[in-house]
This record gives sequence, C-alpha cells and structure tokens, in this order.
Amino acid sequence: MLLKELSEAFGVSGHEGAVRQLILDAIKDLVDEYHVDALGNLIALKKGSSKTHRKVMVAAHMDEVGLMIMYIEKEGSLRFRPVGGIDDRVLLSKKVLISDNKVPGVIGVKPIHLLEPKARQQVMRVQEMSIDIGASSKEEAERLVKIGDYAAFDTSFSQVSGEWRTVKGKAFDDRAGCAVLIELLQESYPFDFYAAFTVQEEVGLRGARVAAYSIAPDVAFALEGTICDDLPKKRDVSPTTALGAGPAITIMDRSVIADRRLVDLLVDTAQKHGIPYQFKQPGLGGTDAGAIHLSREGVPSAVVAVPSRYIHSPMCLLSLNDLDNTVRLMRESLAKVQELDLSY
Amino acid sequence: MKALIKELTEAFGPSGCEDTVRQIIKGHIAGHVDEIRVDPLGNLIALKGQAPSGAEARKIMLAAHMDEIGVMISHVDEKGFLRFTPIGGVNPLTLLGSRVVFADGTIGVIGREKPETPTEFPTVDKMFVDVGAPDKEHLTRKVGDMAVFVRPFADLGQRLTAKAFDDRIGCAVLVQTARELQTTPHNVYFVFTVQEEVGLRGALTSAFGVEPDVAIAVDVTGTGDTPEAHPMAVSLGAGPAIKVKDRGMLAHPGIKNWMAETAERLGLPYQFEVLEGGTTDAMAIQTSRAGVAAGVLSIPTRYVHSPSEMVDYSDVQNAVKLLVGLLSAPFAHIIA
Repeated sequence: MLLKELSEAFGVSGHEGAVRQLILDAIKDLVDEYHVDALGNLIALKKGSSKTHRKVMVAAHMDEVGLMIMYIEKEGSLRFRPVGGIDDRVLLSKKVLISDNKVPGVIGVKPIHLLEPKARQQVMRVQEMSIDIGASSKEEAERLVKIGDYAAFDTSFSQVSGEWRTVKGKAFDDRAGCAVLIELLQESYPFDFYAAFTVQEEVGLRGARVAAYSIAPDVAFALEGTICDDLPKKRDVSPTTALGAGPAITIMDRSVIADRRLVDLLVDTAQKHGIPYQFKQPGLGGTDAGAIHLSREGVPSAVVAVPSRYIHSPMCLLSLNDLDNTVRLMRESLAKVQELDLSY
Repeated sequence: MKALIKELTEAFGPSGCEDTVRQIIKGHIAGHVDEIRVDPLGNLIALKGQAPSGAEARKIMLAAHMDEIGVMISHVDEKGFLRFTPIGGVNPLTLLGSRVVFADGTIGVIGREKPETPTEFPTVDKMFVDVGAPDKEHLTRKVGDMAVFVRPFADLGQRLTAKAFDDRIGCAVLVQTARELQTTPHNVYFVFTVQEEVGLRGALTSAFGVEPDVAIAVDVTGTGDTPEAHPMAVSLGAGPAIKVKDRGMLAHPGIKNWMAETAERLGLPYQFEVLEGGTTDAMAIQTSRAGVAAGVLSIPTRYVHSPSEMVDYSDVQNAVKLLVGLLSAPFAHIIA
C-alpha cells in the first residue's frame, strides 16, 4: 500500500529526498514531464486534452515535522531541536531514526522514581531532552551521527480497522495529501495538470512559494492531512474536523481565504455525487495555499484535506474512507474546473 | 461626497467578500477612467491616462482597500448559537453589545459566556452570535458565513462617524479623485484592493500585476487628540496626514516630500504621521518585484476598528485636492 510506504518514509523539512524518490517511482509513467526544482520540489505535468488550456496546480507537501541534531554531549547523548511545530509533550520516550542511515535512538526520560512531585506536574522542555543512541562515548556517537543530521519518528504504519477503515502511522500531514495527489494522476484532464509535491511546508510554505512562481497557475488546490479534534469535549465547540465525516474543505485559515467559487464547486460536486464532506473550522492553521494564492498576480485557491487525529506527533490516525472520498471529491471537482467561470 | 461615503461605509464587505463594494465603486468610476479590470484575487484596477512612459510620466499606483474587519462563523452548536473567529483585527471589547449583519441582511447579537470574574477580559472563544433562532433546525446560517458590524453612517456636521472608514474613506477619496482629475501626464492606476485586513494580500498581488514606479496607499491612521490618548501628533481636521513611518514601512522620503511640497504649493493643510502600530497596503507594494517608491496619504481617524470610527470631512476633501494636485502635474523630482 502506497500510503504505508509514504508514511514510513523519512522526510523531515529540507530532507525530502526519500519521499520524492518514492513518489517519482509511482508517477513517472503517469505524467508527460517532470522536474525537480532548485529547492527540491517535484513538479510533474500531465498535459491537457483540450485546446485551450487552463493551468491547474495541485500541491501536496512531502515534508514532515521532525528533529535536528544540534550538539553531541561528552558521554554521547544527542541534543536536538524541533523542525516544524512539535509539542514538547509528545516527545519523551519516543523512538526516532537519525539520518538516511536510520540510526535508531530513544528520546530518554528520567524514571518516575527520581522525579520530585513538583517535576511530575511540569512539562519537560525540548532543550532539556536528549536522544540516546546507546553510544559508549562522544567518539562513538560522532561516528554514527553528525551535527545537522535529521531525526524522524520511528513509527510503523498499520491498520486499526473498523467501519472507518482507520489506519495509524506518522506524517499523515501531508503524506495523505501526497497519496491523494498520486491517485489523481491516474486520470486524464482537459486542462494542464501540474502536480507539485512541495518541500519545506512545515517551516513556512517555502517550497510552494517557488513552485507556484514557476508554474504560474490559473487555479490551485492544496491537498492536506489536517487537524482533527473530535474526541468528546465538555463544551459544545468545534471539533475542527471529524474523523469519518469526509474530506474537509477550508473556507478560511490563517494563511488563506479560499476562493468562494472553488469552495462552491467542491460543495456542489460533493452534493451532486453524494460524497460526504465537512468544513474545517475557520481560522486555524495554514497550508501551501497561503503561499500559492499570493504568487505573482494572485491565484484563486482552495484547500481540501483528509482529517487526521494527532498530527504533528509520532502517531496519527486517519480513515481510509475519508482518503478515498477526498480522491473522489477532487476527481469529480477537477472534471468541472476547466469550464468554471473565474471572472468577476 | 457625503452620499458616496455613506453608501461605501454601509456596504457589506469583509475580507474575501468585497463584491458589493467593488460593484459600487465600478458604478461610480465608470466613464471617468480609461480601463477597468478585476484581477484573479478580486482587486479592482482602473487606469486613467494614456501617456507613453518617460521621465516625467510615471506609472503611479493609488491603493485603497475595499475590505473591512468582521467575523466568520466557525461552529454551530446544538442550540443554534454560532461560535465565530475574527476576520482581521477585531477587539473583543468592541464586540460586546454589538450587532452584526450577514450578507443577506440577517442580524445577529453578540453574547458572552459567564465570566469567571467580573473583570475578566472577554475573548472571542467565549463569545457567540445569537441570530434569534429558536433551535438549530430553524437556523439557516452555516460554518463559513461572514458578518460585519451593524452601524449606520451619521453626519455630525464637520465630523462624520460610521463603521469601516478603514478603508472605505480611502475608497471614497480614490473614487472622488478619479472623478475630479481632468487630465494627467501620468498613467494612474486606481487600485481598490482586497484582503488588506488579513495581511495586505490584495496589495501584494495587484502591485505585482501593475508594476508601478510610484505608489501611494490611502488609508486611515490613528490620532492623539482624544482625552488621555496615546501620544500621537495627528489630529482630526488638521489636514490629511503624510506618513513618515509605521510598524511595517518607512515611507520613501521622495514621496513624502512630493506630497508635502505639493500641499504647500496648493495651500492645503497637512500633517506628518508617525504611527507606532499598524501598517497599510504600501508595505506590501514597496517590496513588490524590484521595489517601488511608496508612501501613504492617511485620513486621521478616531476609534479605528471599532463600529464607530470618526473622521473630519475637511481632511477627506483636502486629501482629494492634494491627490488631484499631485497627479495633474509632471513628476519633477524625487525618486533617484
């Protein structure tokens, strides 16, 4: 299963090579041309069948949040800092793999026996943590790991099953979007379909900015694995998105106000084809669409996402039903993009 | 011009939903400009002038943003109350006791959860919109719907009060300038931008498209002329303010001097403005492409981002006179 391979691939922001290779192998026979740009974005073109081509960019980011080694202590433990947004509380006692050599390590934790009662109430800061690779000395550690090496969570993908066909794994933000985008390339479209697998989204939408500049699209979609906070709450407030409730359509987040005409297209398509959908809670998060829609003279843009619980942690959950419905919704919506009136 | 100001300020136009404002402006400038287009994000771009580019004929971009702050529904609860998120910089204190209106005219009241203490500062996550629906089933509102403050324009004589002077007053100044400007040696682009309140987004893309030599944003600025106000050397009625600096930009000194010298020449009052908080479209325009000589002509405004902002009518009229003066004459000096 491609999602399993994508999820387990090592691809922290700035180090997306393994993910890119995996995707390239999956799409190279499906597209007319492709190239890797200066920042590492994989940009593939599937030419349109119609004579008057609209350029449609669909983006999903390859990178995931992770860690970077910044100092090796004298006894051989590794100090590190986060790459992208990670809650310190999800780090302790987790398995990680360091660099392409996949050096295994554990983020060490002090046994409960040694903790003062007050310390148990406090969150340990990432600055105080270290990765233990079992090295006997600084010299041994230096043979295995270099300053600046990346570390990613060591998480195996697996089925949780149930009616929602739930799976667990890491990096569904945004390997879920990558999986959807790869699937969309199976189809033919009347417009020029630019699939952009972007780098460095988690550190500030950096790959998408330059990819959009070079593609100069007329319309853009960002595909995401997004926040899902649907476990029971004391107050009647938004779950952001809910697992199993279908693809989440963004109206407004911190980075973009989605183009209304594209939002309407997505909603109308979902209703016409009986595809479940939901709106993501407005006002939260940001995606590649934030950079794309401001490219050059502006690009009408929208975001469609697969809801995923516990993103930016070592273990996320998503429903394969939601993923399949995201593919369906995008496929049917894209079929109508060519004739969509984008004038004012 | 007061009728135009009333029409523009009372229009519905939160960021990302500027269609009504754009239609109003289109109607008022049609016939007074040579070309009108709308770009992919919805910026309205009107060109006046057909000069070939040269040393004295510059490509000048004037920018005023059409959008206003507002709220967006983020969750509908089981009883039909609407949780919301702000669109742009909304002060929760100004929401308490306010009414908001949706695009279709539906009125909502802002309510608040019981505070933990009597002096607790209100936050938007503990507030909600109540549209008077008896239950969820009778509710027609949904997640993503936008609303803005309800507040009719009031003419107080010399002073005017309304919602959304930020920046419909700038739009009114640009519309009036387009109408009064008889001839210009320049190519003047009147750009009515979208999504300023959420991050100068329309200005960023329209500046890329227009690629101006010179730009002036027309927007509101704060004042220091109310009781125990934060110190600021800007007052209502002392003339339009020529920006020197705000949080996001340093105005091009050449543009600043061009405006000041023209005001002197025409005998128009003006004041210099140093604003500590906030910025305008000029910040995004200034760093577009290879850079643009940019400045700002500000309309001094009290109570910015509240439902009742206040301006002095003479500042508005003098801003128009100054712009017409600037655009009528060749570009003699400055931006080397």
